Amino acid sequence: MSGKNNHTIGYGTYIIVWIALLAFTSITVTVAGISLGKYTLVIALTIAAIKSALVINIFMHIKFDEPIFKVFLGLSGATLLVIFILTFFDFLYR
Amino acid sequence: MAESSASFYTKSTNKYSGILSWLLTKDHKRIGLMYMMAIISFFVVGIIIGLLMRLELISPGRTIMDAQTYNTLFTLHGVIMIFLFIIPGLPAIFGNFFLPIQIGAEDVAFPRLNLLSWYVYIIGAVLVLVSLFLPGGPIDTGWTFYIPYSVRSTTNVSMALFAAFVLGFSSILTGINFITTVHRMRAPGMGFFKMPLFVWATYATAWIQILATPVIAITIILVIIERSFGVGIFDPALGGDPILFQHMFWIYSHPAVYIMILPAMGVVSEIIPTFARRTIFGYKAIAMSSLAIAFVGYLVWAHHMFSSGMSDTARWIFSLLTFIVALPSGVKIFNWVATMYKGSIDPQPPFLWVMNFIFLFSIGGLTGLVLGSLATDVHLTDTYFVVAHFHYVMFGGTGTIFFAALHYWFPKMFGKMYNIRFSQIAVALYFIGFNMLYFPKFIMGYMGMPRRYYDYLPQFTTLQRISTVGSWILAGTIFFIFGYFIHALRKGKKATSNPWGGVTLEWHIPSPPPLENFVKLPEIKDDPYDFSQLKEMKDE
Repeated sequence: MSGKNNHTIGYGTYIIVWIALLAFTSITVTVAGISLGKYTLVIALTIAAIKSALVINIFMHIKFDEPIFKVFLGLSGATLLVIFILTFFDFLYR
Repeated sequence: MAESSASFYTKSTNKYSGILSWLLTKDHKRIGLMYMMAIISFFVVGIIIGLLMRLELISPGRTIMDAQTYNTLFTLHGVIMIFLFIIPGLPAIFGNFFLPIQIGAEDVAFPRLNLLSWYVYIIGAVLVLVSLFLPGGPIDTGWTFYIPYSVRSTTNVSMALFAAFVLGFSSILTGINFITTVHRMRAPGMGFFKMPLFVWATYATAWIQILATPVIAITIILVIIERSFGVGIFDPALGGDPILFQHMFWIYSHPAVYIMILPAMGVVSEIIPTFARRTIFGYKAIAMSSLAIAFVGYLVWAHHMFSSGMSDTARWIFSLLTFIVALPSGVKIFNWVATMYKGSIDPQPPFLWVMNFIFLFSIGGLTGLVLGSLATDVHLTDTYFVVAHFHYVMFGGTGTIFFAALHYWFPKMFGKMYNIRFSQIAVALYFIGFNMLYFPKFIMGYMGMPRRYYDYLPQFTTLQRISTVGSWILAGTIFFIFGYFIHALRKGKKATSNPWGGVTLEWHIPSPPPLENFVKLPEIKDDPYDFSQLKEMKDE
């Protein structure tokens, strides 16, 4: 297993990703302060999804790992998505 | 077979002896037994609390305790039985002990993590106990911790919640261990579709454990933050949304129902072929239905919330989805019955326990449809009908199978045989006591008796008394069962390596199992329930 994923990522990439995460956090906080109605939530969730994709792929090395881990993560992500959608059937129609 | 090989009792994985050889063990079998000791102890505490509650209800008005004491007792009964007994019961005890053996492995993938899960479980349990005695008093919110009361109650809610948080980690760690074990540790030739169905069920359960448990962990932390710092997350008085709490609570707690029942279904799929002497009918359908239940179980949580004030759209969608979850469960029941059809049935105690299960669980399942229907649910919400339903599902289902598994695997785990006659009597008494205790609650609930009340109108007196007498019979039977098991441990006859004529891998090794499970690495040639290998096994 270890033979396949001895991929190393340079410090430069880590720093760029880190700065990107900080930038996205600032955008989330800024957007929360502007009154955009229901779009606030959509923007916040989209940014959160991009941030987690960065963390999962780069920091957690999933991009360079075996496909089975991608399947596992995809399954977890799909479950989360389904939970969100079903909750919104209550929230949006209440 | 190699009866002379030292069992895991006489040899340990570490250099210590006595109690330390257990407390520092990495052997999955010893860890399974340590779970068994702890879980049965808490089960007994839960039973005693239940008995006290039933005694209070023997007549209207105050009998042996005041209302506040009753509130704390039903909360504790729920917390102990759910978090300390039913959720870990089958996976932590029998999963730990038998999952590695059934796939031909020497141990789980992460033995140290396995021991850590046990310690985390014990720490969580100790925190529950500590919360009872600290200033503020024991928690009185009910095991569902509904907002806003759980934010406002002055009892030790935060401590008890934190205990549930810690217990969740034990569950997650066990889940990770089992998934990795199934993927990485199978013996040569043991393909996924050659795994016993108990392994399939435990595997599906492990997925729910690691996907659902973090949701309750987050929810618990949010409630603790709300209580400690007055942040408005769930409490409407602070601008929060109490229905959001119910969503988040049930997003975990409904799949948790499947954490409880799936391993039980796996045990049923082991016991029926062994005692019907027939290969299981529809192996793949049963295996896949476990995964289907695990998946669909995620989509139905809000049927616990039909009267909470959520939107009508959500209500009918969740009602519809609830009916869909009955399908994979139906697949299992059909396949079990089809396995027995024209089988050569040997009604030994484990089989009788399974029959008990099918009857009780069917009542629990069918009354679930009554509660899954929107209109009837509104009438029955928060009544004894709900209490009866979940006791038939959880206790009649998982609890009964806990005893079935104990009767099935006891000779293998301890190398001793219990008294068959006593166990036959116990099955009958359990059935009588169980139905006396819980069936009147269906009637009372339908008549409008609310749950969690320590007092009631005089018209309910007769049914309440029948229920209380039932609790004595049921509890007496359970203590009788533990009694004959303890007697068997001390003075029971030596069990053979395969007393029931099972064919899965655990029946190929001595009783109790040797330290590293297999004297020589097993080669998997046959399907898991191919009984033609029985003759070959006898010749060995």
